Amino acid sequence: MSYLYAAYIITWVIHIAYMGTLVRRYRQLRQEMEDLKRR
Amino acid sequence: MGKPSLIGITRATLLKDLRLEWRSKDAINSMLFFALLVVVIFSFSFDPTAEESRRIAGGLVWVSFLFAAVVALNQTWARELRNQVLDAYRVSPAPANSLFMAKSVGNFVFVAVLEALMTPLFIVFYNLRAAGPAYQLLIVAVLGTWALVVNGTFFAAISLRTRSREIMLPLLLFPISIPALLAMVEATSSILTGEFSARFWIVLLVAYDVVFTMASLFLFELVLHAE
Amino acid sequence: MKRAFPILAVLTVALLCYGLYQALWVAPTEKTMGDVQRIFYYHVPSAWTAGVLFLVNFLASIAYLMSRNPKADALAVAAAEVGVVFCTIVLVTGPIWARPVWGIWWTWDLRLTLTLVLWLIYVSYLLLRRFSTSGQTPVMAAVLAIFGTLDIPLVYFSIWFFRTQHPQPVIGGGGSIDPRMLHAFFVNLIAFTCFGALICWARYRLEVLRREVEETQALESLLEPRSAR
Repeated sequence: MSYLYAAYIITWVIHIAYMGTLVRRYRQLRQEMEDLKRR
Repeated sequence: MGKPSLIGITRATLLKDLRLEWRSKDAINSMLFFALLVVVIFSFSFDPTAEESRRIAGGLVWVSFLFAAVVALNQTWARELRNQVLDAYRVSPAPANSLFMAKSVGNFVFVAVLEALMTPLFIVFYNLRAAGPAYQLLIVAVLGTWALVVNGTFFAAISLRTRSREIMLPLLLFPISIPALLAMVEATSSILTGEFSARFWIVLLVAYDVVFTMASLFLFELVLHAE
Repeated sequence: MKRAFPILAVLTVALLCYGLYQALWVAPTEKTMGDVQRIFYYHVPSAWTAGVLFLVNFLASIAYLMSRNPKADALAVAAAEVGVVFCTIVLVTGPIWARPVWGIWWTWDLRLTLTLVLWLIYVSYLLLRRFSTSGQTPVMAAVLAIFGTLDIPLVYFSIWFFRTQHPQPVIGGGGSIDPRMLHAFFVNLIAFTCFGALICWARYRLEVLRREVEETQALESLLEPRSAR
């Protein structure tokens, strides 16, 4: 049933996208912290 | 001089507000015209038969009241902000509640006047006639308007310190008002069509009003002192 | 405490995989709805997790108002954001389920509508946090969270009565319950709860880090002019 797979896939797409934003923000903040410490 | 009473301060602030509104008249006139425009545009967009109109009039009327209320609410705090009145309130020994009650009641009067003016227009444009007990419409109007105004005044105060202040108020107000809006619309439709009893919705509106009036009074102090 | 995070992560992944296996292969096909019913194993646990997270936000908001502990506020933000993510998934999988079963994308089903209103309330909460220019944003956000939570019973009753007056299709109701289905359901329920807790924890740590960076920045900008002289 394509609806079933669509539901499962989109669930994980949303989760992975969100986790991606968390990783990106984390990296940005780490970078900023490094910059500040270096100054 | 003894500590001023809550009611006394509320009344004084309220009268001051009403007097200011009456004297300025700019807000009132633009609001009236806006209200008229809303009614006309809705009438153009939704042109139902007499039978249908009773079913949908509840929704139309309350959505237009909602828009008018939002415009009115955005106004009221803006004036305070302009004259730095809020700072004076923060420093004074008057309890924050009295300011909130005064503002809410003032807004209520303001919005009620708008509704009173828009209603005959709706009746005319939609040939409305209540099949059920019409006196209940007044109860629904009072309870519903208070529901919108009490939360609206509170969220307008919260929105003062935000970017895009004018859009923030409806963004915060609409989701939380959903049960009240549903109740208002359904109650009005029930009374107009006479198909169902509006009692449940009226009870729900009473519950909503009680819960949020108490919550607002309890928490307004925090909002007022938020810099 | 730091070691607990990877352990929980591994446990969560294991549970999620086991849950997926249970949902797609072990649980029997439902009689009336067919294989589409398996969406249930993702739809309902997501709703449950979102509810738990919003409850955490409510409690954290109250804790913040009483203690003004910034950690409570960080937790409130984290829980709200992750809660909205799970709520979105409920709102997306619901119609995907409804369409083949009922032929309609949306219905004012009690649980689905309640989820929609919750989603709206918490999105407005996140917007307030983003757009507020006040120094006391956490206080106002906490107040908003309390208002939103007080609203929920009222929303529930209003929709419930609306539905008794205007009957609508029910998503996910009815159908036979086989014990293997219950097993699959509970595995996924626990798996998603752990997953929600894990992501919330990650988001919390991100928030704490963000505040550290902000404070360090503020400190630097205070010290800089002096050292330049």
